[in-house]
Amino acid sequence: AVSLPFAVGQCGNQVGCRFWDLALREHAAVNKKGIYDEALSSFFRNVDTRSGDNGPDIYRGKICSLKARALLIDMEEGVVNEILQGPLRDVFDSKQLITDVSGSGNNWAVGHKIYGCQYRERIMEKLRKTAEHCDCLQCFFIIHSMGGGTGSGLGTFVLNLLEEEFPEVYRFVTSVYPSGEDDVITSPYNSVLAMKELNEHADCVLPIENESLFEIVNKIHQMINSGKLGSAVKQNSLVTSSAGSAKTVPEKPFDAMNNIVANLLLNLTSSARFEGSLNMDLNEISMNLVPFPRLHYLVSSLTPLYTLADVNVPSRRLDQMFSDAFSRDHQLIQADPKHSLYLACALLVRGNVQVSDLRRNIERLKPSLHFVSWNQEGWKTGLCSVPPVGHSHSLLALANNTCVKPTFIELKDRFMKLYKKKAHLHHYLQIDGMEQSCFSEAVSSLSDLIEEYNELDATKGGPRIDASRLKIAV
Amino acid sequence: MSIVTVQLGQCGNQIGHEVFSALCSDSCGTHGLCSKNENQSYQDCCKERFFCEEQSAVPAARAVLVDMEPKVISQALSMAASSGHWRYSSHSHFCQKQGSGNNWANGYCVHGPRHKEAIMELVQREAERCDRLGGFLTIMSMAGGTGSGLGAFVTQCLRDAFPTSFILNHVIWPYGTGEVIVQNYNSVLTLSHLYHSSDALLVHENDVIHKICAQLLNIKQISFRDVNQVIAHQLGSVFQPAHTAGGGSGYSRNPLGDLLESLVPHPEFRMLGLRNIPQMAESSLPYSTFSWPGLLRHLRQMLIANAQMEEGIDWQVRPPQPGSSIPCTNKPLHFNTSIANLLILRGKDVHSVELGSFQDPSLYTSWLNPQDAFTAWKTPRAFNKYEKSAALVSNSQFLLKPLDSIVGKAWNMFASKAYLHQYTKFGIQEEDFLDCFTTLEQVISSYTNL
Repeated sequence: AVSLPFAVGQCGNQVGCRFWDLALREHAAVNKKGIYDEALSSFFRNVDTRSGDNGPDIYRGKICSLKARALLIDMEEGVVNEILQGPLRDVFDSKQLITDVSGSGNNWAVGHKIYGCQYRERIMEKLRKTAEHCDCLQCFFIIHSMGGGTGSGLGTFVLNLLEEEFPEVYRFVTSVYPSGEDDVITSPYNSVLAMKELNEHADCVLPIENESLFEIVNKIHQMINSGKLGSAVKQNSLVTSSAGSAKTVPEKPFDAMNNIVANLLLNLTSSARFEGSLNMDLNEISMNLVPFPRLHYLVSSLTPLYTLADVNVPSRRLDQMFSDAFSRDHQLIQADPKHSLYLACALLVRGNVQVSDLRRNIERLKPSLHFVSWNQEGWKTGLCSVPPVGHSHSLLALANNTCVKPTFIELKDRFMKLYKKKAHLHHYLQIDGMEQSCFSEAVSSLSDLIEEYNELDATKGGPRIDASRLKIAV
Repeated sequence: MSIVTVQLGQCGNQIGHEVFSALCSDSCGTHGLCSKNENQSYQDCCKERFFCEEQSAVPAARAVLVDMEPKVISQALSMAASSGHWRYSSHSHFCQKQGSGNNWANGYCVHGPRHKEAIMELVQREAERCDRLGGFLTIMSMAGGTGSGLGAFVTQCLRDAFPTSFILNHVIWPYGTGEVIVQNYNSVLTLSHLYHSSDALLVHENDVIHKICAQLLNIKQISFRDVNQVIAHQLGSVFQPAHTAGGGSGYSRNPLGDLLESLVPHPEFRMLGLRNIPQMAESSLPYSTFSWPGLLRHLRQMLIANAQMEEGIDWQVRPPQPGSSIPCTNKPLHFNTSIANLLILRGKDVHSVELGSFQDPSLYTSWLNPQDAFTAWKTPRAFNKYEKSAALVSNSQFLLKPLDSIVGKAWNMFASKAYLHQYTKFGIQEEDFLDCFTTLEQVISSYTNL
């Protein structure tokens, strides 16, 4: 089953680039014989390029030329051009790209209304073409940031389009939320306008905050430079590293952070691509983690962040991995799930981990976690046999937890600060199709969402009342 | 007589593969502890029952493999093929690419009707390959989407297409602490539907088997493979050829029929539990000896006290005193009342076994004759390297507590309406849920009032 990623905007494409690079690295590590297999077909087509770039797809046999199943969309050329000139240039062809030159000016309305309208047909056409090459399309991924204009505006436009044209295909969105110190002044406007779209049209959203990625990168730097573990760490095991991938130029500062997001996506899809004793597909993630349609924001964490080179893994280290997955400093947003309320939790384990390890750790950690009353044993688990590159095992935890609330509240506050003063509003309102009501509806949608989380939080720690059962006349 | 096995979903296909492996390795084994003729007869019977001899020397399992994604079936096919002793036929499987998303409604309402023709054609073909069809065994989990939802649909199709054949559903109950968040919904939907189309449900609980792996087999890092192998061993001890009539009049010609006849006297009571003794690590086998009285004493107490395995049995539990009829509310707590029991004994000195303790009327409900309530099959040919082994298939209150727990959790979730939109999207409405809850509360009530 195919997962089709759309990278939209600068951030989306930078992350996307890391994603395909690390995906190739992962498959190369597993697929020693160079045979095009079911696992590869999730993200790549095998094309016979003897007849040029338009060669037919080859469905089995040796790998000829791998092309990523993807759409890269940006209203500026810089990032996409870099990809096309870099080591991944052969993995994409021009038919998968949609670019323009002037950018969206950090304006959601430009991205959504102007470019959306302008590029609608072209996006549809390329989408249909790409979908034709997939024998079974299970899921779309949108990778974008919320704070800018293209990723945020055009990205959510694409989200709408996907729902219209392919209503049965799941829509997962990986959204990078702006921090308080974001240098784009209008990022709160862009984010809140985009949030309304995510509320209404996404099946699952994985929010990411740069601050969290940054802290993880720093943590690893400190650990390596402290001299204690420096040489002992397997370079290619760092969740931030590009080691072993095609990228050979020195890493830019965002590369390390983007690698984390790329690894998130790889781990999320690992059980759909590789075999295991308890498979966990993407449609299962949506089914189990979304109890009510609008509560579809999932906090994610990846562990371990690195692996030591010389290790034989004792189970204590394995258990540490599970503990870390629930700690504040491993979450990819600024949140503390342990002290908030869980609606649902998924654990996707990769590598040499068995069901008894899972059970032992769930038993151990459960007492310190707060689950909503109607889902006290709400765990979704998956076991994938193939570990990520450089590791013997790894864990991806996805939590539907009220700890996302603070992120949304802060976003709303920043929005209101600007909106009250009507700062920069004219840049938006002058766009065709934009009215004041777009703003009020968007912030209202966000407020409603926050209120739903508030109501759930209010039940936390309350007495557990079991609903009375049906009575049968004897 | 032959049994056609239908393996459904990841769990069904993983277990199914282990079952055929276990059957094959036991029947080809040389630890039968009986005459060569007897062994040959056992082998032939097992082969006819579960395998089809084709032109190539390697027998093909009488099985249909169904899954909505390809990886598990593909693994099962290749693992069987590489064993060298048996295989799956190359055209007996059906799979899709997408999976069922742990959604019972998707399995039942969408995949079922969509793929009914293709799946039933495979079943028909397999059934026609049998000289005499003895019935169907389906293997499925009730927690996920395919085994549970599509499995319930296929069971109904089997009932419609083969109205006079026996259908036994082997159902795996998931870990209580969760493998799938909506597992309780899926379980309620599955069990209530199966109750309408199946002859009986033979249940294995993951929690129980896990304990066996940990405490009896001393496995440190328990994998699903370990769990599945224990389940396969237990199923093998039931389904391998056995003498069902008194004396050596040959192996049963109607295994499913014999089993159902002895265990399911009333359609309201179809839940069968399974206990097997002894269970130990293979490495310890050569150092252990067992006596039938010892084994049976443990097994009887496991039955009475509803123990999950032969360690940690509560020996304090006793059956109620015989005499004037006792209203069921006065029965001693924790006592497991039976409707019917089937004891399957295999191995050395099996004919000398004294079984009076299992015929004690106080073990059973008052409305069945103890002679009719208890059946024993004694087979001298030993099973799977165990010099003596006993399996107890029981229609009793074994599953009452776990069932009640599952229904309770599902009901709590239902009361909050969580996840319902995922089911209504594919065609299962709230009223459908209510019907299912009603069916199961009825079953719970019936078993409680034994």
